[in-house]
Amino acid sequence: MRRLLLAATMAAGCVVAANAADAPIKIGFISTFSGPGGVLGQELLDGFNLGLESTGGTLGGRKVEVIQADDQAKPDVGRQLADKMVESDHVQIITGVNFSNVMLAIAKPTLDAGVFVISPNAGQSQQAGKACNPHYFSTSFQNDVPAEAIGMYMTNKGIKRVYLLAPNYPAGKDSLAGFKMGFKGDVVGEVYTGFTQLDYAAEIAQIRAAKPDAVYFFYPGGLGINFVKQYAQAGMKTEVPLFGPSFSFDQTVLPAMGDAALGAYASAFWNEHYDNAASKKFVTDFEAKYHRLPAPYAAQAYDTARMLDAALKSIGGKIEDKPAFQKALETVKFDSVRGKFRFNTNHYPIQDYYLTEAVKDDKGRVVMAMKELIAADLADPYVQDCHMPAASN
Amino acid sequence: MADLAPTPNRRDWFAILLLLAVLAVVPPIAEAVGQPFAIKVASRVVVFAIAAVGLNLVLGFGGMVSLLHAGLFGVGGYVIGILAWHDFNGEALHLGPIAYAGTGNLLISLPLAVLVSAGAAALMGVVSLRTNGAYFIMITLAFNQMLYYLGVALQKYGGEDGLQIQGDLSLAGLDPSKRLVYFYVSLAALAVVMVLVQRLVGSRFGMVLRATAQNERRVKALGIPPTRYRLTAFALSGGIAGLAGALMASGQQFISPADMSWVRSGDLVVMCVLGGLTTVWGPVLGAALFLLLELGLSSLTNAWQLPFGLIVIGMAVWLHDGLIGAIRRWVQS
Amino acid sequence: MSLPLFLEQTLNGVQLGVMLFLMSAGLTLVFGIMNLINLAHGALYMLGAFIAATVADKSGSFLLGAVVAVVATAAIGALLEVALLRRFYHRSHLDQVLVTFGLILVFNQVTQLIWGAVPMRFNLPDAVAGSIELFPGMNYPVFRLVILGVGLVVGLLLYVMIMRTRIGMWVRAGASNRAMASAIGVNVEMVFIGVFAAGAALAGLAGLMAGPILAVQVGMGEPVLILALVVTVIGGIGSINGALVAAIMIGLIDTFGRVLLSPALGSMVIFLAMAVILAWKPKGLFPVHG
Repeated sequence: MRRLLLAATMAAGCVVAANAADAPIKIGFISTFSGPGGVLGQELLDGFNLGLESTGGTLGGRKVEVIQADDQAKPDVGRQLADKMVESDHVQIITGVNFSNVMLAIAKPTLDAGVFVISPNAGQSQQAGKACNPHYFSTSFQNDVPAEAIGMYMTNKGIKRVYLLAPNYPAGKDSLAGFKMGFKGDVVGEVYTGFTQLDYAAEIAQIRAAKPDAVYFFYPGGLGINFVKQYAQAGMKTEVPLFGPSFSFDQTVLPAMGDAALGAYASAFWNEHYDNAASKKFVTDFEAKYHRLPAPYAAQAYDTARMLDAALKSIGGKIEDKPAFQKALETVKFDSVRGKFRFNTNHYPIQDYYLTEAVKDDKGRVVMAMKELIAADLADPYVQDCHMPAASN
Repeated sequence: MADLAPTPNRRDWFAILLLLAVLAVVPPIAEAVGQPFAIKVASRVVVFAIAAVGLNLVLGFGGMVSLLHAGLFGVGGYVIGILAWHDFNGEALHLGPIAYAGTGNLLISLPLAVLVSAGAAALMGVVSLRTNGAYFIMITLAFNQMLYYLGVALQKYGGEDGLQIQGDLSLAGLDPSKRLVYFYVSLAALAVVMVLVQRLVGSRFGMVLRATAQNERRVKALGIPPTRYRLTAFALSGGIAGLAGALMASGQQFISPADMSWVRSGDLVVMCVLGGLTTVWGPVLGAALFLLLELGLSSLTNAWQLPFGLIVIGMAVWLHDGLIGAIRRWVQS
Repeated sequence: MSLPLFLEQTLNGVQLGVMLFLMSAGLTLVFGIMNLINLAHGALYMLGAFIAATVADKSGSFLLGAVVAVVATAAIGALLEVALLRRFYHRSHLDQVLVTFGLILVFNQVTQLIWGAVPMRFNLPDAVAGSIELFPGMNYPVFRLVILGVGLVVGLLLYVMIMRTRIGMWVRAGASNRAMASAIGVNVEMVFIGVFAAGAALAGLAGLMAGPILAVQVGMGEPVLILALVVTVIGGIGSINGALVAAIMIGLIDTFGRVLLSPALGSMVIFLAMAVILAWKPKGLFPVHG
């Protein structure tokens, strides 16, 4: 009986495939839209929609249907949504995920079901290393790399003594570990704080007492706003300069930090004043449509949509041919907002990292200005653990 | 909670059987209409229903508002996850002098999960039960947060990211990653739990428990030590929550500290109140309503919390005994 | 730890404690007098911060933003009491939890719809934006001293008002025996509206004082709500001076716990302290009723 059913579904599958060229491509967009993390989902979705708009609402010439849902930053909710999209909506791609822990809950079952997963933000190490998968791609970065880049910069500048802070969770630990890969000086303090912590007065007092040359911190979202405001109010900004990864200083937090952020440095593979045609068009279009400056999240999602379009165009829109689609993604060429873009063998990007500084632009807004190239073609260290399995259906 | 939950009667048994029967026919119907995903939704409802029924043993029948149950749910899940991790990685688990190789056999790890979470509940119950009312709510919240941070501190098992179960789990030759197996195993667990709790609250033990919720002093005056009864109920209730967590971890092959946050504890309380506290089966309805509303509304709009919140407020204002109150009035009229 | 650093951390702890007191004063007032668990206290705190930030940004005056925020949250509180929450004074704590849980969801979503998901700017006026040298080598943010001052003044005012004035007498009478209070001519209904509005205004005040230090964003109320509940319960529900003592104690424990303990322990030290205190004193440090 079961074999009969299987045969029937396979036959039905063939029928679907035959009509596939007319059917829209279905994409599941799971992201955080509620609570404090809601700003991330909004940025990603706005960027993705803008990317789709720039390709005429189609990917590889085919219509697109985007199904979006709120994971509430809860892994089990994300998992349920992914199951629903795979089984009930029959999506071919799942993207949108911003938090690593949600992605970890979603990735395995979705990939096992033969659906592609494209991470426009979550940059956990697992899928970059041992758990790498033919159908998993990241268009953002691996968590360690931006930190490693800024460590390299500080070593080059002869900064000797740094003080490190991060929330006490895996992404925070990865970030500080990444930093130490790039930094060759002394770490005079390494502090892990609670990840719902509001007040940093105690930590700031400890920093002042330790008298470091610089502070590197990894605080995303509201944590970063709390820390940077309090750091500036304590008068520390002029004494010890602040360094962070790009998402500690982007347009989801800079407006709220205001002047407190000025003079801080970050490592970034893209910023809102990046000087290339694709990026300028993206920023102009984004501002025109949403009346605010985009953050890297939006840029990553914009790139994701345009990358999908380019890859699908090269295979005539046939997303159903999974080995061909995988190959097309691996070798994809498109006008990335970050100038050049290519995938490593683990399907995480190899890209250039720059130093950026928080300054005021001509409209009085706080933005990140590009200062200098830190490192070209930076890859993550986990790629050596990845033995990419052969292409499969 | 001034009202003493009534002694369960034949109508309650009927309701329990009816609910189980309705749930049992979900899979064939879902497959017939080509919506196999509905089986996964139903599984999630069943698992949370188990936790809610367990919580309601202390909440509805014992008058103890516990915010610890997400933590205990997580403890159950982590027992499954950690034992499977050691089994998969071939590294023995050392607990003091004991070394255990770990296991993916749910016949061993499920009972262990229940025992460990019941033990944790008993331990924390001893301290918590010194307090009453709002103080009890808050001390259980404190213990919940401690369990949560403990989960975060388990760096070896993924910390905040959570623990992915990689090896195969099995239950007497059945594979719980198969959706039908998983659903019916969970449903069987719910059936056992409901029957157990229903019999318990109807027994002398249940009578004393309900009486302590009403008037502790009078119970004491009768020469019955109320704390012993409440503690037993609390441990049992924690064990049931642990069972639910263990089932969820087995089905999703994933457990993380996010499953233990105090907000999730609050969700469980809300499920019980929405369903109605005065019966064993009310929380099952509450869990179904809560999870279906969450899923349904959030697939309509990203601003789903607004209608969801309004519905919760409306139910708080108009339905005094949750859904069962409404059903009872409807049956009587 | 050197002596100056120890002193600075002690000041940090006390200052954090006073901020926690501001957050919990309104909660314990409403909880103690009307026997209402108001989980939406954190939402009112969030609204206070958003309203103050918006008005301060548009008008350029922090003070105007503060006044508008306090008045607005008081008005929202009064409205909530009249339209919804007064029906819940005689319902179970669970029903109260349910309805105010619903309110949290509604307030968060409405705030996101109005102000968007991007955290708000909330700058301080220059006069209090910097830091001053308290003693050689130790700069302290001026605004944190302002918070310290405001918190202590609020504590004192509340104490005097409840214990020493006629209004306070009405409030205490209404809380302990509604029928009797009505019989001797106290308008209990008005008193309760007033108390609830005052509690809401205190939440708003806490929000606008915390706004310049913290991220003003949707959902900012929930972590604070937890801390406020912890303080309220340790202090003894309904006790203003209990809340002050408990808040400063928690502020100090948290500050030194974070500096001296491992991060995992540092995160849970507050909850550990609460469990120990409640195990020792099941009705908090300053029990109000028996």
